[in-house]
Amino acid sequence: MTRAGFSGAAAIAGIGATEFSKNSGRSEWQLACECVLAALDDAGIDVAEVDGFSLFTMENNPEIAVARALGIPQLSFFSRIPHGGGGACAPVQQAALAVAAGVADVVVVYRAFNERSGHRFGAGPPPFAYNPSTDQEYRNWINPYGLLTPAQQEAFLAMLYMHKYGATSEDFGRISVLSRKHAANNPKAWFYQRPITLEDHQNSRWIAEPLHLLDCCQESDGGQALVIVSTERARDLPNPPAVIRAAAQGVGPQQISMSSYSRADIDRLPEVNLVAEQLWRQAGLGPEGIDAAVLYDAFTPMVLLQLEEYGFCGIGEAKDFVADGNLEVDGRLPVNTHGGQLGEGYIHGVNGIAEGVRLIRGTSTNQPAKPVEHVLVTGGSPVPHSAIVLGTDD
Amino acid sequence: MNEETVVRTAVPRLVVTQDNEFWFRAAREGRLEIQRCADCHVLRHPPAPVCPECRSFDWDTVESSRRCTLHSYTVLHYPRDDAFDYPLTVGLVDLEEGIRLVADIAGVDRDELEFGMELEVGFTEHAHGEILPQLRRPRGSRS
Repeated sequence: MTRAGFSGAAAIAGIGATEFSKNSGRSEWQLACECVLAALDDAGIDVAEVDGFSLFTMENNPEIAVARALGIPQLSFFSRIPHGGGGACAPVQQAALAVAAGVADVVVVYRAFNERSGHRFGAGPPPFAYNPSTDQEYRNWINPYGLLTPAQQEAFLAMLYMHKYGATSEDFGRISVLSRKHAANNPKAWFYQRPITLEDHQNSRWIAEPLHLLDCCQESDGGQALVIVSTERARDLPNPPAVIRAAAQGVGPQQISMSSYSRADIDRLPEVNLVAEQLWRQAGLGPEGIDAAVLYDAFTPMVLLQLEEYGFCGIGEAKDFVADGNLEVDGRLPVNTHGGQLGEGYIHGVNGIAEGVRLIRGTSTNQPAKPVEHVLVTGGSPVPHSAIVLGTDD
Repeated sequence: MNEETVVRTAVPRLVVTQDNEFWFRAAREGRLEIQRCADCHVLRHPPAPVCPECRSFDWDTVESSRRCTLHSYTVLHYPRDDAFDYPLTVGLVDLEEGIRLVADIAGVDRDELEFGMELEVGFTEHAHGEILPQLRRPRGSRS
């Protein structure tokens, strides 16, 4: 395997966030501006230097609103990736490509929303679902039968996965317990100092069988931003660069948002596998070269499926990989050390990218004792997927 | 469609297009039709304007036997929508013709659900106002 293309050309030089809460008490627009300024401050870059923004959909604050509010005089690069959380890591790819190609020098990525006190994704279809277009046509085949929320739409996959491989609700619950354990040691986490037991997980109410409430991520208010510049420039900035070694997107065969039910094996995620293959090729390493991971955990079963599709264990073996302690801070592959979206906050995956940066810097509140040279951070599934590999500077 | 029943549900109105209108019309008439490529005869669902196998835009339909087996399922508890009764059982079925379909399941207890069990597609007016498939035990089987 050889490194290729833009690998290593750009780095995340700054991260910044608001608090993660259930009611921010201020506008989503303000949250966006706050987190962008915080990330620029972390990077040591003046706000007027920003010349690019890259976002992903379900972001309610357009780049021009943030640029206007912050007095950013001009933007030469701006893009928006579809599919919500599935696209969470793709704006980092866009930013790295833009920087590597020389069309922008300072690209900011952000997600800011009042997803708990405002519109809740878990409550039902989002406002844009009622726009009668090809984009929403897929709802014809699921919504009228009761499958209205992401948890409900993922349940078929989880149920079949359990049936095929003998996984149990407890196997999903171990992800929740682990996340809350990590969050308990992270002062920024909503569930700081509030760990749970497997029994708590089992006793939590059903949402969509086989998913209990504690299999589902939180709904959160907050903002998280990232600053991407060339690796060369990042070396002169205050924090160690989190070098973007690989970044990829993926759509698989017969892909439908949340409901690719016509595939032969609905419990497989070919779009994730496609992203994995690209990442390994770009970064010049394989799953064995990944020291820690932030795996998108809107719902616990997807963490198990991602462990398999990324090749950390065999298909159907994730339950044993997890039970054997591999995901613990001192394990083979520490996962979601910030507490994940189950424990820290649900900022649509962007807070997970920030944790990836901290792991590379060595500043996670649950920093593994071993050297962390490469971190995998993933976007959501089962939708069009994205992920990145961050690495230390070499 | 009864507008009064639609008002309180979060279920979006159907997005009816030239590609799928046949399916909803057939459903209102109690038939399950499946789109078929007129050239290579491969069936497809959900409907789409072109065959993903041979790229032909020509298509017709075949009527399904409505016999199917349960591929996967879920039982929904929260959140609750006024158009449904909860816990709500929803199934993903393999139709005899080889395509998959999602519909709610009526008349089967939670404990009786089994992967691979035989079901049948019926049609009913859902509380959101649309006449659409609903899964049930095959006629003549134990209730």
